[in-house]
Amino acid sequence: MKNTKARNASGYMFLTPWLLGFFLLAIGPILVSLYLSFTRYDMVGDPRWTGFDNYIYMFTRDRRFWKTLEVTFHYVLFAVPLRLIMALSVAMLLDKGLRTIGLYRAIFYLPSLLGASIAIAILWRQLFSIDGVVNQVLAVVGIQGVGWITNPSTSIYTLIILAIWQFGAPMLIFLAGLRGIPRDLYEAADIDGTSRFRKFYAITLPMLAPVVFFNLVLQIIEAFKIFSPAFIISNGTGGPADSLLVYTVYLFNEAFKFFRMGYASALAWVLLLIIGLFTALAFATSKYWVHYENERD
Amino acid sequence: MIAGLEEITDGTIAINGRVVNDLPASKRELSMVFQSYALYPHMTVRKNLAFGLQNLKMDRAEIERRVDEAARILQIEPLLHRKPRQLSGGQKQRVAIGRSIVREPQLFLFDEPLSNLDAELRVQMRVELASLYERLKTTMIYVTHDQVEAMTLATRIVVLRAGRIEQVGTPEELYTKPANLFVAGFIGSPKINMFDATVTGTGADRKLNLGDFGTYPLPPELAEGHERMTVCVRPEAIKLDSGSVQAEGRVRLVEYLGSETIVHVDLPSGTPLIFQTHQMEKHRVGEVVRVGYDPADQHLFDADGQRLMLGETLVA
Repeated sequence: MKNTKARNASGYMFLTPWLLGFFLLAIGPILVSLYLSFTRYDMVGDPRWTGFDNYIYMFTRDRRFWKTLEVTFHYVLFAVPLRLIMALSVAMLLDKGLRTIGLYRAIFYLPSLLGASIAIAILWRQLFSIDGVVNQVLAVVGIQGVGWITNPSTSIYTLIILAIWQFGAPMLIFLAGLRGIPRDLYEAADIDGTSRFRKFYAITLPMLAPVVFFNLVLQIIEAFKIFSPAFIISNGTGGPADSLLVYTVYLFNEAFKFFRMGYASALAWVLLLIIGLFTALAFATSKYWVHYENERD
Repeated sequence: MIAGLEEITDGTIAINGRVVNDLPASKRELSMVFQSYALYPHMTVRKNLAFGLQNLKMDRAEIERRVDEAARILQIEPLLHRKPRQLSGGQKQRVAIGRSIVREPQLFLFDEPLSNLDAELRVQMRVELASLYERLKTTMIYVTHDQVEAMTLATRIVVLRAGRIEQVGTPEELYTKPANLFVAGFIGSPKINMFDATVTGTGADRKLNLGDFGTYPLPPELAEGHERMTVCVRPEAIKLDSGSVQAEGRVRLVEYLGSETIVHVDLPSGTPLIFQTHQMEKHRVGEVVRVGYDPADQHLFDADGQRLMLGETLVA
């Protein structure tokens, strides 16, 4: 008995750094932000309890909240499927047993490592500026470019292209998934005279469905949380005309520019609910399209 | 290579007289049963069976007819709505065979189809495959490492070692006239006995010296020029206290199998010997026994392991 207690104590001792980190840096701030979301708090004085005022204001009077939702959904709707399609396409190209596959994997993964960096966001701004490389290339083929970032109707697409360019992480996961599909299935399909297209949608996609699902959930979460590229490209404003005002940029500005930490906390909780809702939706639909080989019946 | 999944570097593959070297797998009119079954795990048994036929743009009613017919032959009708993970190994193998049958091919390829099954099921499926062949009468090429499967199922066996053909023949030919030591050792269970021998004397006086079994005359029709040989004798050709060539040995192990007993004996030189007896008498470990055989039952192989033929013809 004494021994067991001693053993447990040493176990908890080893766990302490993690527990401290978890409670002080994760659970603590989460609960504090939940409390703050029901307050008015300018980060100087004490938080003042306002009940559901922040939430009511958000849904009834804050037009920029609805705008930021529109921009964010627009981004998620395009960036997630396009990045997944790109990742799967490249993974399928690489899944050919090439000897230099390691090199290619590294090359294709590189943008994902760089993509979230400030430097790339700045580079992106240069690329798509009115006299940037993109317009220079277009000029060669006789197309008059626009200011891709300064034009509110095109700016979001520069962000989406950046997202597609960062396909490395889901690609690696797809590649691992493709490697896991038994070759026998394709050989059997070859003997049966199955076309490439049918092999893709009748064998590859269903066999890869758990991986697609995993990537989809991760990408949905990641896309809703997009921040630094939008922040840098729009100079922290979310402009032009709020066209790059993605949710987290709005939240950040409310918190650290306008010092409305209470309202920002409420925004953060709504984002959490939105992400949770979409993730739950993905899980709910998964039983219709995700097949697990070792599933229990 | 026969299936067309791998390219051949040389030679010709013809099916029913038609050279198929450059034809894709699907145009060779054959079907294949894989060791791993290769069933599509996300499809029901019915869809698995119908998959290949749908590629042929076959009429739906015809697909249904063929699937139902195959399911009836293989007795998997109650399983048609299930997914592969809900099937036992034997049932999966039946579905894999069913997928081959529905295509009504000119040739079946079986790639070690029973290797993943347990011993009891393997015997059962072996019998079912044999009856399936009797029913369909379609050529089947069956790859196996199991010589019992090869012997019981085949009309002709091709013994391959490291990609080279060692012998082609009926099961009986392979058993009674193995072309070389590899085939002699591969076919037959328990394994054939092998004894090193030297040849002494010349012409009609040539004799085989086997050490433990002493010296006895070589068959006169055997060509000259062999100084070293391997003498092989099947376990069932070795008798207790009989045979014109005899030796004494000590029993090392007795395997009682009911209808027969396999006795492992160590000869005085340390050479192991196995004999098979159907007599009910019990042998004890450590017991000294006298065993023998008749030279008519022996197989002779030269120093390179090739069969020395005594006026017989051999397909090789």
